[in-house]
Amino acid sequence: MKRLFPILSVITAVLLAYALNQALAIVQIPGVAPTERTMGDVQRIFYYHVPSAWTAFLLFMVNLVASVVYLIRRNPKADAVAVVCAEVGVVFCTIVLVTGPIWARPVWGIWWTWDVRLTTTLVLWLIYVSYLVLRRFSDSAQTPVLAAVLAIFGALDVPLVYFSIWFFRTQHPQPVIGGGGSLDPRMWHVLLINWLAFCCFAFLVCWSRYRLEMLQREVEEAHALESLVGAGAVSAKASMPLNRSPR
Amino acid sequence: MNLWAVTLATLKKDIRLEWRSKDALNSMLFFSLLVVVIFSFSFDPTAEESRQIAGGLVWVGFLFASVVALNQTWARELRNQVLDAYRVSPAPPNSLFLAKALGNFILVTLLEAVMAPLFIVFYNLRAIGPAWQLIPIGVLGTWALVVNGTFFAAVSIRTRSREIMLPLLLFPISIPAVQAMVEATRIILSGDGAARFWIVLLLTYDVVFTTACLGLFGTILHAE
Repeated sequence: MKRLFPILSVITAVLLAYALNQALAIVQIPGVAPTERTMGDVQRIFYYHVPSAWTAFLLFMVNLVASVVYLIRRNPKADAVAVVCAEVGVVFCTIVLVTGPIWARPVWGIWWTWDVRLTTTLVLWLIYVSYLVLRRFSDSAQTPVLAAVLAIFGALDVPLVYFSIWFFRTQHPQPVIGGGGSLDPRMWHVLLINWLAFCCFAFLVCWSRYRLEMLQREVEEAHALESLVGAGAVSAKASMPLNRSPR
Repeated sequence: MNLWAVTLATLKKDIRLEWRSKDALNSMLFFSLLVVVIFSFSFDPTAEESRQIAGGLVWVGFLFASVVALNQTWARELRNQVLDAYRVSPAPPNSLFLAKALGNFILVTLLEAVMAPLFIVFYNLRAIGPAWQLIPIGVLGTWALVVNGTFFAAVSIRTRSREIMLPLLLFPISIPAVQAMVEATRIILSGDGAARFWIVLLLTYDVVFTTACLGLFGTILHAE
């Protein structure tokens, strides 16, 4: 598994570089994204905005699944996956929330509007930030359970947010998938290449963060064991399985 | 053990404790009085403007005030390890949760009953739409705040700096409920359109999260 990591890193780097060129049309090779007719080059931020959003939503979904699995199986690995996905997901979601206004200002003339997709993304971001805050503020063995429960509450909340704002009004361009929007096939191609590159990158980051998380837990466990030995409680307690103490 | 018997016993105990000390109620009342006064200094609206903004002010005031009560819900049970006693007792966890949620519901409803007339006086409010609909909005909205509030108070009691943690967990989840309460109240006060969608949304929120709380409270209580 560990040998796979450098290989995947190289593939991701190449993919990211290729996708960057295709999106920004720096070197004119076949398949670069054409300039949008009305918006011009500003539209190219789309190749970063949309794949980041998809990646963030994917990571939050994995977080939810991992949380449910943790609640059922109580497997610490599922909990580690949940933390990692929440952290990386918040980073990608932040990219979405930053690139969106940069695009909206020249095109819509406003930085922000309380539209369905904008608001839902913002609330999702808020929920996951509160998830990370909960993990940071709680350092007992119960943290994984509390965090997993919060993830489920967040998932229940998102559809309600969506409907409440949808009833208001919507300004965001129709989604490319399942909506009325039409996209040049060349743009489609570049978008998907970028998404693939982003997914690889996200996976890579999650992987190293996961390894870090597991190492950290091992270190904490070793510390706990050491302090038990130091306290002379080893004969009574060393044979007992230690409570894992994740962050 | 019977769910309702335990719920009723716990609820009675909580109400009796609150009645004797009046800690939560007094601090909530004074807090929301301060909110009303500070808001009416900050905004000096005309009658039409106050119809538009009063819904937001009222509910934000109640939301902040209810956090005061919610934070005390479980703190009381930590003294003398009462919560641990609950954990080992055969009483169903949901009866404990229901008793706490109902207790908070009664407290916050009392607060609203006292504070709503003050809001009306300070902002010269008069509903143009059907005013009776404010009652279901009030009941559903209060339940939406306290059901998740009671649950997240049980979560935040397990963390460091728990008093700060509760609003950080509760507010993001409460956004759709707060929006529905505020919009429904605004529509009724200003009389433009029907509030039916928002009432249905509140009802959905209540049903979804009451089910989720009852389903997951046992997990939270026994988390170890």
